[in-house]
Amino acid sequence: MSATLDAAAAPIAIGGVAYEVVMGIECHVELKTETKMFCGCRNVFGAEPNTNVCPVCLGMPGALPVPNRLAIELLVKAGLAFGSEIPAYSKFDRKNYFYPDMPKDYQISQFDMPLTQGGVVPFWLPDGTHGSCRLTRIHLEEDTGKSSHASRDGRIAGSTHSLVDFNRAGVPLMECVSEPDIRSAPAAVAYLEALKRTFVALGVSDVKMEEGSLRCDVNLSLRPVGQEEYGTKTEIKNMNSFNSVRRAIESEMARQAEILENGGRIVQETRGWDEAAGTTHSMRSKEQAHDYRYFPDPDLTPIEFAPLDVTRLRESLVGLPQARIDRFVSDDKLSIAQAHQIVDTPGLADYYDAATALTEKPQATANFVLGDLSRLANETGVPAGESRLGVESLAEIVALVEAKTINSKTAKDLIARVWSDGGSPREIVAAEGLGQVSDSGAIDTLVAAVLAANEKSVADYRAGKTKVMGFLVGQVMKQSRGTANPTLAEERLRAALGDGAE
Amino acid sequence: MASGDIDVAYVAKLARLALTPAEVERFGAQLGALLEHVDRLAALPVADVGATAQVIAQSNVMRDDVVRPSLDRETVLGGAPERDGAYFRVPRIIGEDA
Amino acid sequence: MSDATAVEIARSVNAGESSAAKRARAANDRIAERDGVIGAYLSVTSELARTHAARVDARIAAGERLPLAGVPLAIKDNMCVTGTRTTCASKILADWIAPYTATAVQRLLDAGAIPLGKTNLDEFAMGSSCENSALGKTANPWDLGRVPGGSSGGSVAAVAGGEATVSLGSDTGGSIREPAAFCGVVGFKPTYGRVSRYGLIAFASSLDQIGPIATTVADAALVYDVMAGHDPMDATSVDRPVELASPGLREDLRGVRIGIVREFALTELDPAVRAVYERAYADLEKLGAELVEVALPTAEYGIATYYLIAPAECSSNLARFDGMRYGLRVEGRDVGATYEATRAAGFGDEVKRRILIGTYALSSGYYDAYYVRAQKARTLIAGDFAKAFASCDAIACPAAATPAFAFAAKTDPVSMYLMDYYTIPMSLAGLPSLSVPCGYVTPAGGTSPMPLGLELSAPLFAERSLLGIAHAYERGTRHAEARSIPDLPRTAVAR
Ligand SMILES: [Zn+2]
Repeated sequence: MSATLDAAAAPIAIGGVAYEVVMGIECHVELKTETKMFCGCRNVFGAEPNTNVCPVCLGMPGALPVPNRLAIELLVKAGLAFGSEIPAYSKFDRKNYFYPDMPKDYQISQFDMPLTQGGVVPFWLPDGTHGSCRLTRIHLEEDTGKSSHASRDGRIAGSTHSLVDFNRAGVPLMECVSEPDIRSAPAAVAYLEALKRTFVALGVSDVKMEEGSLRCDVNLSLRPVGQEEYGTKTEIKNMNSFNSVRRAIESEMARQAEILENGGRIVQETRGWDEAAGTTHSMRSKEQAHDYRYFPDPDLTPIEFAPLDVTRLRESLVGLPQARIDRFVSDDKLSIAQAHQIVDTPGLADYYDAATALTEKPQATANFVLGDLSRLANETGVPAGESRLGVESLAEIVALVEAKTINSKTAKDLIARVWSDGGSPREIVAAEGLGQVSDSGAIDTLVAAVLAANEKSVADYRAGKTKVMGFLVGQVMKQSRGTANPTLAEERLRAALGDGAE
Repeated sequence: MASGDIDVAYVAKLARLALTPAEVERFGAQLGALLEHVDRLAALPVADVGATAQVIAQSNVMRDDVVRPSLDRETVLGGAPERDGAYFRVPRIIGEDA
Repeated sequence: MSDATAVEIARSVNAGESSAAKRARAANDRIAERDGVIGAYLSVTSELARTHAARVDARIAAGERLPLAGVPLAIKDNMCVTGTRTTCASKILADWIAPYTATAVQRLLDAGAIPLGKTNLDEFAMGSSCENSALGKTANPWDLGRVPGGSSGGSVAAVAGGEATVSLGSDTGGSIREPAAFCGVVGFKPTYGRVSRYGLIAFASSLDQIGPIATTVADAALVYDVMAGHDPMDATSVDRPVELASPGLREDLRGVRIGIVREFALTELDPAVRAVYERAYADLEKLGAELVEVALPTAEYGIATYYLIAPAECSSNLARFDGMRYGLRVEGRDVGATYEATRAAGFGDEVKRRILIGTYALSSGYYDAYYVRAQKARTLIAGDFAKAFASCDAIACPAAATPAFAFAAKTDPVSMYLMDYYTIPMSLAGLPSLSVPCGYVTPAGGTSPMPLGLELSAPLFAERSLLGIAHAYERGTRHAEARSIPDLPRTAVAR
């Protein structure tokens, strides 16, 4: 049943029986819109408390919601990117429960007719294996406000009161619910990263876990390998980075394994991840089932997607990251880490693709793009695509290096120079004589000069201190202003010093 | 449909209404009488009938993603039962679900 | 009554013969003189009225012509008006100042109406007598010992008592039509979605509709024409052109087919009441209408259907009154206890009953048996009307089975719910429907004749046709002019 081929999913031995971990993930992702889901207040992070609020998002008497078209379209695009089905009919429902940061004491959500159904999220694991996780659905809802609790550690427990900021209330939130297809902590992280890079690429969300624009809950259980039936699951919450997701999963797997090892039973409950302690703790028991009294929101109309609209949205999906990663790995023979790094840097995949089309040397291009170009982008704060080093220039440099016209040192210098000043690398090399000197005669002239000027080193070398060779090569390079072919320089130095050539 | 089996205390808990035992009894009797009246719906043949959530059939009513002015914070907090600086202040929350 | 109508006032103010300021002053004086007796208003907004009147006069002086220039308007206190106390006649909102204005109200104010004040209602519009108000008692101007009807009791009493020229009510299951019948005025509920609900504090979202209350059909049409139409702030407001009703007012009913509902047999009514309605039907015929019998076999399920759907929606709509962001808070030891104490202290019994029944109807295990079944019954009821309108242009029936009853006459909730027997089916079907005065009876034990209302209902969006028919009936019978309200005692009734 599982769609995952996960080499990282090593079985856990418990009491002599091999167990596997089974996980499903629910992600809440804030959509990147100008305004909130049902009103015209700004959807921004970090504003002064209670300034982006209006009668609608404060749930004031008489105010009514009107859905944001862009939010609906972004969600549908997200679904289409994973091959989800877009039902012709979808509706909003009210989920009724009381909470102080929920202004209406019901949340507008979607119960039985979500905007998307099904779909598959493929991903690569760091060890080079391929995995995937099926999506159950993606539905749209509104975010709640944010409470801060007046207690020593900011937690609810032991607080005397809470303070509420409603700026976040009503921000469009999509909930991606996965099937229980995930079998390891690395697969969970790879799944989340795959979601993240797709949402970022589509402009659906910023996906900043630290700002809370992505929040995920992991449902985790263990069962003997080969057993059909799922074990009792716990739900883990409050992870604030992909790394803490990984740690929380590992911790919870170990906790459950220990309980089973000791003959205990897993209690179905929600557990909070404590980053500092590195453990999960019980938040509440699921025993008292909720009665959310879902019913269709009478303030809103159904959403009916015509096939034409779906086609239009599908056609707007270009440059989906997963397809690129697959291509980079299979066609370009890049490593998975390289492929992820190129795709995860904004604009870099486009740059790499355009440059590779010219160079036809993917690995060499990737090395420059992830090496010198990424370093320069970091140092200057200018992405490669906006620097003066156009893809044509990079292609020239790659070609010059491949033809051994210039050496790597020259290439590095050229890249930095063209990055800020522009110009054609080929022309600069020609005009300034930066071409790599591979002519033995020319090199020999330099070698003679260097040996004459460094008598002590020559004496040392002859006395057996062969490591001065590096110094001497460096001197030749310096004399040539970096253009000498260093391999040839060393060869000629050895010859001149009477090594090997005799 | 079963009539008169309304568990008023449970429903009041869901609805967050504190009721006295006398109110539980009184409302229970009144709601039982209403449910008895409502039970006549069982006689209607509704097996093949669609449910009407909205009597005027409309769909896809949406707005463009355009900013509208928010309320002034002082107006918002001025009407609050209790505030603390720029925030609404609410009593102690017990557990994850208040 | 000798009071000027909205049509007359707007004409004279636009013509410069009168001014909005003068009208506002006169209306305010009238309120000061009478409201101690009638109790129509929960708050009187004299200052706001003065400001608006000055603005209207300035606009007229600048050459503008406004459809409601200087027309004194009362507003049911479940509609938000910026800066006014907006209470829903509930303790839970007793001191809440609305920070925004309802779209329907704004349209009337923009058209020159003068906001006199906010009127009493059954708490959160739940009731049929106005007795469920937690904040005031409103009397029927025709007999101060009787209820004005509800829930729009204050708005109706204000117009009937001459304390406003027109007013706004809201109708969920009859809350405009039943009190209009009880107080001898015109009360009109437009098609669901025709008037924006933005700023109307929700009772049952799929049923609530704002409508005008006036002394004449022409005034009701005038107000309707100004406030009807699409509002981008209300996703359920219908985006289709409004057919103005005022130009469609007619003087006879030739060529009009009026449906008489077979299931609404008049034989079940008190003989005096029955005689009034028989006369009303005969008058329709006399004016040229053809009476046809229509069947509404599922109408008798209206109340059962309504008392599941409306409370279900209300249980969710009223959850927000929790003492956290606005309104009353009764502090408990924690948030949960605060919710429970606040809502226990803030809501009256009728509101609690409906929250409980609605919560129950939506709760796990009962949802399909109650809520979904009621929604299906609603489909059948709407379908019956659609069939009936294949053979008629409008349906006529009583607006209520009795005239206004005495205070405290109905103690059992279900008997109160039955007051809306004739109005609820139309609400469930979303139809435009109105009550127009059709005669008087002196109830047993009563001292003065009490008005009765004829309910006329039309197909969806047939407001123009409906108001045209009502106008012809009104002009042909002149019931509203036949009697005047007895002189009001100078002493205030107990408030
Ligand atoms: Zn807002």
